[in-house]
Amino acid sequence: MTTATTFVGSSVKRVEDPEFITGSGTYLDDIKLPGMAHMAILHSPHAHARIRGIDTSKAQQHPGVLAVFTGKDTAGINPLPCAWQAGGVENHVNTPHVLASDEVRYVGDAVAVVVAEDPYTARDALELIEVDYEPLPAVVDPEKATQEGAPQLHENAPNNVCMRWTAGNQEATDRAFEQAEVVVKQRLVNQRLIPTAMETRGAIGSYNPGTGEFTIWMTSQAPHVMKLLLAAFVLNVPENKIRCISPDVGGGFGSKIFCYADMALVAFASRQLGRPVKYVEDRTENYQWTTHGRDHVTYAEIAGTRDGRITGLRVRTYANLGAYLSTIAPGIPTTLYGRMVPGVYKIPATFVEVLGVYTDTAMVDAYRGAGRPEAAYLIERMVDLFAREVGMDPAEVRRRNFVPPNEFPHDNGVGMLPYDSGEYEKALNRALELSGYPEFRREQEEARRQGRLLGVGLSSYVEVCGVAPSAWIGLNGQGWGAGLWESANVRVHLTGKAVVTTGTSPHGQGHATTFAQLVADELGVPMEDVIVEHGDTQGTPFGFGTYGSRSLAVGGSAILRSTAKIREKARKLAAHMLEASEEDVVWENGRFTVRGSPESARTIPEIALAAATGYSLPEGMEPYLDETSYYDPPNCTFPFGTHVCMVEVDRDTGETRLVRYVAVDDVGNVINPMIVDGQLHGGIVQGVAQAMWEQGVYTEDGQLVTGSLMDYALPKASMLPNFELDRTVTPTNVNAMGAKGAGEAGTIAATPAVVNAVMDALAPLGIRHLDMPLAPEKVWHAIQERSASQKEER
Amino acid sequence: MAKQEIRVTVNGREHRSEVEPRLLLVHYLRDVLGLTGTHIGCDTSQCGACTIIMDGQSVKSCTVFAVQADGSQITTIEGLAKDGQLHPLQEGFWEEHGLQCGFCTPGMIMSAYDLLQRNPDPTEAEIREALEGNLCRCTGYQNIVKAIQYAASRVREHEPVAAS
Ligand code: FES
Ligand code: FES
Repeated sequence: MTTATTFVGSSVKRVEDPEFITGSGTYLDDIKLPGMAHMAILHSPHAHARIRGIDTSKAQQHPGVLAVFTGKDTAGINPLPCAWQAGGVENHVNTPHVLASDEVRYVGDAVAVVVAEDPYTARDALELIEVDYEPLPAVVDPEKATQEGAPQLHENAPNNVCMRWTAGNQEATDRAFEQAEVVVKQRLVNQRLIPTAMETRGAIGSYNPGTGEFTIWMTSQAPHVMKLLLAAFVLNVPENKIRCISPDVGGGFGSKIFCYADMALVAFASRQLGRPVKYVEDRTENYQWTTHGRDHVTYAEIAGTRDGRITGLRVRTYANLGAYLSTIAPGIPTTLYGRMVPGVYKIPATFVEVLGVYTDTAMVDAYRGAGRPEAAYLIERMVDLFAREVGMDPAEVRRRNFVPPNEFPHDNGVGMLPYDSGEYEKALNRALELSGYPEFRREQEEARRQGRLLGVGLSSYVEVCGVAPSAWIGLNGQGWGAGLWESANVRVHLTGKAVVTTGTSPHGQGHATTFAQLVADELGVPMEDVIVEHGDTQGTPFGFGTYGSRSLAVGGSAILRSTAKIREKARKLAAHMLEASEEDVVWENGRFTVRGSPESARTIPEIALAAATGYSLPEGMEPYLDETSYYDPPNCTFPFGTHVCMVEVDRDTGETRLVRYVAVDDVGNVINPMIVDGQLHGGIVQGVAQAMWEQGVYTEDGQLVTGSLMDYALPKASMLPNFELDRTVTPTNVNAMGAKGAGEAGTIAATPAVVNAVMDALAPLGIRHLDMPLAPEKVWHAIQERSASQKEER
Repeated sequence: MAKQEIRVTVNGREHRSEVEPRLLLVHYLRDVLGLTGTHIGCDTSQCGACTIIMDGQSVKSCTVFAVQADGSQITTIEGLAKDGQLHPLQEGFWEEHGLQCGFCTPGMIMSAYDLLQRNPDPTEAEIREALEGNLCRCTGYQNIVKAIQYAASRVREHEPVAAS
């Protein structure tokens, strides 16, 4: 018997967990194929150098070594593709060869590979390769790289500028600044971050000489896209001769979206050697050559009135793209950052200029939030600085400038698609109430009298998720080199068990649970009768993968289209089975009944049996319940919310203690609250970590200082508080579920909330702004300087 | 390199193997014994993904050579469930959503196992301290803490007082 099921909206335990908690998951490095050989990669130790020659003879003779390849051997492999160039402007594109043969441009650039019987031997042999480098001057800072006389990376990109991109109305913005009562300016550094998924990247290539087919296992967030890129652009192999498989993937945060050299190299080596070849990077390599994130230097100006109204915003950003363009790098600081800088505010005039810049550093591409954290940080810092300048409470300034609820859809003036829906003030009010904001302000006043440094920071954010539609994001619009729809197939087998295949590719998000909740409700079957498959390009419809908080809003919608088709066909068949007319058959409590006689009913499993046996089908109906859909949404979704962070800074040590952290997010309707909360926890920590600890550091000559987990300040459990979460719910009409997306919200909101809190704490000392990360040493120095000058003033 | 013979008992089963002296225990477990539940997340012994229990104590198996484990008793994540019954820690991680991608999870669980052996009733601060050597990039730790609290109370329910 089926009852009305309501899995949607409840915190169902994850169906993927039993594997992971017993150690039986299958991550890439767990895969062992018969006859598998192991590849190790030699990376450049120089930030910039000419390669005069490479001697591989000793390595080749090393026992256990099967082959050594250099750029000469891989000359037939094309450079990696850049699939998202900045829209509407010329991009001076330079992408990496899988192995550099004449010049290296960052520490980590690949120059040779060894394939050996085992990984230890492969690594031993790397040390026997002799590369003759002629070091060249290097540049790592995106602003300095554009200055006259800076070392040049690529001939086609004078002053290292890949592209100059603008958005908004320059004239109107200039006018707003001329007429402004108040102008506040600030240089903001959004430092480089290293994504650091706990599983490093890797790939296994297996070539079948009989069929000419490649199978490539990869730690990818987007296996279908990799198949397309490797086939059509990199390896020149027919697309139907490559199968890509993402097994269990241990986190990605953007860094595993992209097409990397090792994917092509394992395929190439496997064909050369006639054996499967595995490569797994170690953490040092992961830090050196897997993509980094953020790294902006921005000059921001905000114009407004004395009574706290924002009248203009002017932004000039140097976006560091690294030594070459990674797969979607130029799209991040343009469409996903430049078009989001006005945030939740109604700003009459905005102008944004972005310079994408090459430097001798690892490639920079999407990292959790991808452009939106940089935009939210910029506007939320500037609004705080503006509030301070006009002497108003930051909550009040926000309130005064919010886009009001009745003005949606809202055009933000810099070319983003219209924001779908929002109740910004409601989320702010809820966050202020939950956090006890007014009480904290009183407590803060008291504490200040005692010389203690308490601070509270707000961040009211909006972000763009489920980026689409293809006609907007694509080549002639925003420059994305494909579509951005999503696909799903739903099949109900003879025995009533359902299989869902999705083009999305989760790596921790719990799609197997969330999607099964959706389908179980739609088909009126128990959740355990629904299985979700993903990550293997063979036999599944093409999909674009998991990133940009798109999987539910776009991928989930495709699934719902398929279940709707199944229901439609099942209704016809139910009518046939019940000998009723189609119009009289209705879906009620998870089954079809005949209007007026609820005792005659058919469930989906019963109908699936009839559909699969095919003994008695209505005229013209095909057997089986099996439907595929491709869904291209009409718009993006725009989640929002307000986070409140309360801190105390220790005057003597410069240390910041997170006292409380309250987050009110509006991600639209929620399918599994437990999973959404988990996404927020993790997201917030990544945002807090940028504010307080993390920074990818290069020396001036391009050596990576933070090249391991010893040096890169990844947060530990003891550094963090518990987070208090709440939600408002403003559904979107962009998709049938009313869901917006939750994967990146926490990261986007948290960084400015924390920095605003620390700056608020330091306000009595006259400190206006410090760049992140706000490590104790930096804060301590600032306190010392100000205390000294305040004494002098007295 | 001359190989050396070792004898180790892993999850109750004895294994004899010939290994190179430089082979790390984590590679021995994963590549020789095929116990791939123990993961590798770094090369500087920071991440704790490789944590196992060796002779009653948690160790990072990437910091031990296989030859050093000669004669020892080892428990890995694969050996935690008994007779198809999940260990309370495994249950806790499932109940409290203590994992997302799952890559850090075996190491987290083994470290927590060690903690609960030493301290069956840890405070939140003690739990966070005990995870000093384990990194998770997905969960923000909040639900990992809850998972361990869940397990601690389950263990106390089942073995009242005995611990003292
Ligand atoms: S693998 Fe990271 S601590 Fe052992
Ligand atoms: S669950 Fe992904 S690293 Fe912890």
